[in-house]
Amino acid sequence: MSSPAPKVESGYSATEMMIVASARQLAGERVCFVGVGPPNIACNLARRTVAPELELVYESGVFGAVPARLPLSIGDPTLVTGAASVTSMFELFAYYLQGGLIDVGFLGASQIDRYGNINTTVIGSYRSPKVRLPGSGGACEIALNAGKVFVIMPQSRRSFVERIDFRTSPGHLAGVRHTDWPGSGPAVVVTGFGVYRFEKSTGEMYLAVVHPGVTVEEARENTSWDLTVSSELETTPAPTAEELRLIREELDPEGAYTR
Amino acid sequence: MTERSSGKVTTMQHAIADLVRDGDAVAIEGFTHLICFAAGHEIIRQRKRDLTLCRLTPDVVYDQMVGAGVAAKLVFSWLGNPGVGSLHAIRRRVERADPAPLELEEYSHFGMVCRYTAGASRLPFFPLRSYSESDLPVANPRIVPIDSPYGDGSVYAVPPLNPDVAIVHAQRADARGDAQIWGLLGCQKEAAFAADRVIVVCEEVVDEEVIRRDPNRTVIPGLIVDAVVEEPKGCHPSYAQGYYDRDNRFYLDWDGIARDADRLEAWLDEWVRGLESHAEYVEKVGAERWARLAPGEAWSDPVNYGKYS
Repeated sequence: MSSPAPKVESGYSATEMMIVASARQLAGERVCFVGVGPPNIACNLARRTVAPELELVYESGVFGAVPARLPLSIGDPTLVTGAASVTSMFELFAYYLQGGLIDVGFLGASQIDRYGNINTTVIGSYRSPKVRLPGSGGACEIALNAGKVFVIMPQSRRSFVERIDFRTSPGHLAGVRHTDWPGSGPAVVVTGFGVYRFEKSTGEMYLAVVHPGVTVEEARENTSWDLTVSSELETTPAPTAEELRLIREELDPEGAYTR
Repeated sequence: MTERSSGKVTTMQHAIADLVRDGDAVAIEGFTHLICFAAGHEIIRQRKRDLTLCRLTPDVVYDQMVGAGVAAKLVFSWLGNPGVGSLHAIRRRVERADPAPLELEEYSHFGMVCRYTAGASRLPFFPLRSYSESDLPVANPRIVPIDSPYGDGSVYAVPPLNPDVAIVHAQRADARGDAQIWGLLGCQKEAAFAADRVIVVCEEVVDEEVIRRDPNRTVIPGLIVDAVVEEPKGCHPSYAQGYYDRDNRFYLDWDGIARDADRLEAWLDEWVRGLESHAEYVEKVGAERWARLAPGEAWSDPVNYGKYS
């Protein structure tokens, strides 16, 4: 789904900003369930910068991946060569994810609401959809079982919606998650405009950080609900030369995801 | 090669003709890795009809099969062209019933893996921690909440999935069907044990001794295998770890081909129906492209199993 490109300072793209901001959120994290595309680059960037101990887990059955090239799918053979372990998908989901070993699960979203509930299934009705999207994959169980959930997605009024068309992956429901769910749910949403966090008492998303060159008004204009903004709003430090070098020279040299 | 079992080795044409019947539930498994396109193409060539196609990720192979009209239903958990986008032949049928509706039965990845596991174990259901407060159980009433019999909360149950036929591609197998896989394992083992009939396709048929020297690598025993087909490069544009890389160029190209029903039809005529066998397809792909897909070398160290005689 296309989103209006937010304005950025010259010298890097909106996607690069989104990836850098996501990678920095992984500081101090240990075991991360990685998604394909921008999350993949963000996690690999984090391993080279703020989180050198980060273990990358892929739903295809890989624990401790050290990809030598940008994986173009979550089942890329470069994830296998040099990994710490390759397991069946049953083991990966049952023992690693359901077993409680995943600290952070990365999800994408076609639609998200203010409580972090995610739709990746259909636009329109389920029985006769306007657009048939991929569906859950592992997202539904990641949303419930990962210690917490990070979301990377393009933001527009079509994706940040008042009401999602289908709840594929539960977030904070109508404000409060069930206490018997193993994971604590969405903690961070990173878009091209900024970084969103969730208010503990209400389960509602708020704008915590804007990217350089982005205004609060732009973030509001690209949100379908009345967006809450932190009273201590911060600005994302621009990508460093080293972060950009790693993305452009090592992680995505062909610009498959970042240009 | 033992006399008792050597009869399993056959051609793709015979294996599909003998073991896949109109109306069957067919699982060509393999998560990104080891997807047996050669079997899908032979099913298209033999114009099978009304199949229920089961796979976690329908991938380009099922887009081709659905586009060719062999399928009436999909059982799946993620419907996309991995790393690229949509599966347009499938979307046309789901969004516009063009040229006919396609029935969907939808789960999550773990749900599908648990369905095969229940099927392989001959259990009536399998429990998992997923689906709570998701709309998936609303869309698919076969996903059901159940209370723990031990009084410690509720989980969700999914029903067993027992395909009529599972088709599994392995790097190597012996003539009995003992199949060895390395790299991503997906849920081929579970799908094979769950199925009534099993076709093992492999890059190489090897001597039984090769298998017996490394029994930890055997994923599927010949005991449950009905046919063994040697089909080198049978996974293209998917890949076989250590044999050839994924042909990403093809996955990207497929997006344009499948968007247009006429182009899709022309592609099927040129690359599937117009060819006699996968060997012709391999030839047509061409040496230059195969050279680009060479994986390089990264060997594991041998291990000592011990002689114990």
